[in-house]
Amino acid sequence: MKFTIPRHWFATLAPFLGVLAVVLVFWILYPGQPMTLKTWQIVATHTVVVGLAAVGMTWVIISAGIDLSVGSVIALSGVSAALAVDAGWGAIGAITVALATGAVCGVYNGILIVGLRLPPFIATLGTMGFFRGVALWVANNGSVRPEDAQGISTTDGIANWVKNGSEGQWLPPAVWLLLIITILGALALRWTVLGRHTVAIGSNELTARLCGVQIKRTKIVIYAIAGLLAGLAGVMLFGRLTVGDSTAAVGIELKVIAAVVIGGASLSGGQGSISGTLAGALLMAVLSNRCTAAGWPDFVEHMIVGHIIILAVAIDQWRIRRTNH
Amino acid sequence: MTQPPLLEMTAVDKAFGATVALSGAHLRVEAGEVRALIGENGAGKSTLMRILSGVETPDSGTIRISGELFSPANPQQARDGGIAMVHQELAVVEDLTVEENLLLGAEPSSAGLYLPSRMRDRVLSSLTLLGRSEIQPSTPVSQLSVAARQLVEIARALVHDAPVIVFDEPTSSLGAQDIEHLFEVIGRLRDDGRAVVYISHFLEEVQRIADRWTVLRDGEVVGEGWISSTTTEQLVSHMIGRQLDEMYPRIPHQRGDALIEVSDLKTRTGLQHANLTLHRGEVLGIAGLIGSGRSELLRGIYGLDPIDSGSVQVAGRSHRLDPTRSIESGIGLASEDRKEEGLATDLSLATNLTLGSSSARPFFSLLGLKKERSQVEWWIDRFSIRTRGPDQPVRTLSGGNQQKVVLARLMHLDVDAVLLDEPTRGIDVGSKTEVFRWISEMSAAGKAVLVVSSSMQELLGICDRIQVMHRGVLGEPREVEKWDEHSLMVCAVGGEEAA
Repeated sequence: MKFTIPRHWFATLAPFLGVLAVVLVFWILYPGQPMTLKTWQIVATHTVVVGLAAVGMTWVIISAGIDLSVGSVIALSGVSAALAVDAGWGAIGAITVALATGAVCGVYNGILIVGLRLPPFIATLGTMGFFRGVALWVANNGSVRPEDAQGISTTDGIANWVKNGSEGQWLPPAVWLLLIITILGALALRWTVLGRHTVAIGSNELTARLCGVQIKRTKIVIYAIAGLLAGLAGVMLFGRLTVGDSTAAVGIELKVIAAVVIGGASLSGGQGSISGTLAGALLMAVLSNRCTAAGWPDFVEHMIVGHIIILAVAIDQWRIRRTNH
Repeated sequence: MTQPPLLEMTAVDKAFGATVALSGAHLRVEAGEVRALIGENGAGKSTLMRILSGVETPDSGTIRISGELFSPANPQQARDGGIAMVHQELAVVEDLTVEENLLLGAEPSSAGLYLPSRMRDRVLSSLTLLGRSEIQPSTPVSQLSVAARQLVEIARALVHDAPVIVFDEPTSSLGAQDIEHLFEVIGRLRDDGRAVVYISHFLEEVQRIADRWTVLRDGEVVGEGWISSTTTEQLVSHMIGRQLDEMYPRIPHQRGDALIEVSDLKTRTGLQHANLTLHRGEVLGIAGLIGSGRSELLRGIYGLDPIDSGSVQVAGRSHRLDPTRSIESGIGLASEDRKEEGLATDLSLATNLTLGSSSARPFFSLLGLKKERSQVEWWIDRFSIRTRGPDQPVRTLSGGNQQKVVLARLMHLDVDAVLLDEPTRGIDVGSKTEVFRWISEMSAAGKAVLVVSSSMQELLGICDRIQVMHRGVLGEPREVEKWDEHSLMVCAVGGEEAA
């Protein structure tokens, strides 16, 4: 063995080292603008929406699938949450409706993929447009803003949950929720039958079938989980915006996929890490925050993020080639 | 003055890190000679050939072609130097035509224009040498059978007029007729004065086609000689470094109740008609040519291939044809295609070994990873799988060890019936014997074994009864004593019962 650090340890740590590297580079360039505790709070809060959706996406990508519809599902669930609040169903009602919306969208994706045997890329490219259309339809081409007193107070309740604000609160509950979901997602991937089957399907679907894994059912459940988490992300987005915006989260699917890929997952399936994904999402949020703090224009951030994705995958490929020898 | 040999490799050393792949290996092939290069998996045959074809560079040692020093730095240089490789894995581009494949990477051109007509004569003459009329220059490779595709690869070597041609396990995807044909072609190459290196696991093939042999073991040449003056036992003992007491160990076993009854089965994938009864405590063999529907029979019973008509009963009850149900009813299948289907090669040994056992469990039930690990370690020990440990990716195991993982999985599932599709394909002689012993142990333990194999010898060695498949129709069973290689072949080729 040439490596003293086992491969999986390096794979787990690499994205976190990436986060550290970004912080250090900016600290060297701009010593007057260090990452304070406050900045970390902001960054963590900004990671929530992408992070939640990315946990689900990691499962999908490990199963050798992809979900391009995640942005539309987030928007649609956000609108549904807003409608539920407007209808006076309270915070619990809003969350339930949003989660249900997300799960139904996910099941629909899953059924299209296994029922019509469509490549996931095509199926979710289609539903990306469809779910967005539904969101625009139910929101009358705009946003849903709860307006009566009860609605406003419910919205504020959810917003407080998602945003920084209250005194004596170190991190908003949404960040803790993201952490819990990440840990659950990671544990389930390693310790449950579903997790094992997800990896098996992504690595070699024929082998999985030979070994009696119920491919169709498993795939539908995976997409349903991804949808459910996108629904949760939708609630968080609603809390952040305080309106259900049917045009929100456009293009967020690429950020979500980027987080997963930076985190070490392979788009050809069979491997990926939930904690890595979280680090990937954090990396992008930190970078965005640092670029803003440094006063760099938006386009620079895009240019850097693009190359971080390229670099992450290149390093991974290089590492795999080395260990294969 | 004697002519220098056409190919001479001397004192070749190669190490990968701490692993010594070759140590002082040599190989001499005269013009007009077929030299068999044999040895177990991992003996260094592939490494030696990779050095010859410029994929690897040796740590030390020399290669001479017709007496001249030759050190290819890459495959391109090796090809230009007159080395042609015909690989085990097919390396043809399906979407191109035969001619485009033959000229791939060496397209005749002028001023950037592709001018295949310049090489047309050579293309046609190489195809003529193959003697297969359905392979025309303009035929898309996607329309050809696997066997014909392999011939296209051989033609590629001929087009470039290579004096040295290496065949690496060329018959592993061919049926008996195609093998005959391949041997004819190799015979013609020999008569044409070329040097042929023939790598194979099948000793009976080697004995038919080769003039001389070289055996590699652990990176060293342990013996060489003339085929005509060497017995099979001598070859085998050179390969494994010990006397092989018995190739086909047989543990006494007793035929029990009928376990699987197949009636009038017809699949959508090519099996036309099959009746069979598989009993506990017996080994039933299915002989036949490749493509005759043997695999489809097993896959139909197991539920991998869709059924048109007919039924399968397991222990007297009708059986829904679906892999998950099959495992629940105690049936396991080992696929003939280990790399593409049998194993998820990127995943660990432990995951592959235990994958079937969780198939019917609820999604959110927990895996007992600790228990699983100790079970896997037990199986590694039981099957003497050579591995660094349960976490090693299956991809990095040798063929024989991969097959042991497949068999261990079936044992781990604790099934009553095993359907084995070419269980010894691509594994070395030592591992083969272990597989045969395992099959015998299974039947002695009262399990039912249904085995498909291309090797008649193998079936005659291990089975209690044999049925022959011909063009999708399964013949009547006969006790193994009533078969011999000749009668099996007659049935496989002609379908009628031999007298």
